[in-house]
Amino acid sequence: MEPDNTVSLVLFSGTDDKLQAAAVLTVGAAVMGRKVNVFLQYWALDALRADRVMKDHGVSPEAGEDGFRAMHDQGKTHWSELFRQSKDLGEVRLFACADSMEMFHITKDDLDPLVDGVWGVASFFAEADGPVTFI
Amino acid sequence: MTTATQVARSIDARGMPCPGPLMSLIGAIRQGVVGDVIEVLSSDEGSKTDIPAWLKKSGHELVEVTEEDGFARFVVRKVR
Repeated sequence: MEPDNTVSLVLFSGTDDKLQAAAVLTVGAAVMGRKVNVFLQYWALDALRADRVMKDHGVSPEAGEDGFRAMHDQGKTHWSELFRQSKDLGEVRLFACADSMEMFHITKDDLDPLVDGVWGVASFFAEADGPVTFI
Repeated sequence: MTTATQVARSIDARGMPCPGPLMSLIGAIRQGVVGDVIEVLSSDEGSKTDIPAWLKKSGHELVEVTEEDGFARFVVRKVR
């Protein structure tokens, strides 16, 4: 399958529900032949530190107790595994925002191997040839 | 049961949330050989649109879909 237009996702939130939703979008786009670029900022980047990926990142405030339970009861595949599968099945790349890296005083070595590299924001837009989705 | 085709692999993905059943099917297609017939059982509503959409995109054949009690049964042939 030839990839057609690129899906450009900016992940800002670092809660498990939003990362889960973003990972589902990524895997869906990847299997349908879309190239996906994911730009990780702030708390999403923090969640992708090698030693934090599998930790409990909580859920968005709107989830409430019931929402939290509903999400955990369903036996979902962890978002990091969905990103891994999407990279295996399609053309998916994850990039850390250089500014957020500086804010946390971290280097590429501190990040999970899912992250392909560090990008400045202009590099992300240089590759974003369509709409940008912010999560 | 399909009479004309021998099911090479059956995947029981019932209870798996979206996109689990589709991902299981993709895995089986990748591991299989051309001509293999793969059966997927799914109770996920998303599969009803996702599996046909992916098959159309990837060029594999949807042989049959049957509605069972609380789940759907997809029969798929690996074409390439």
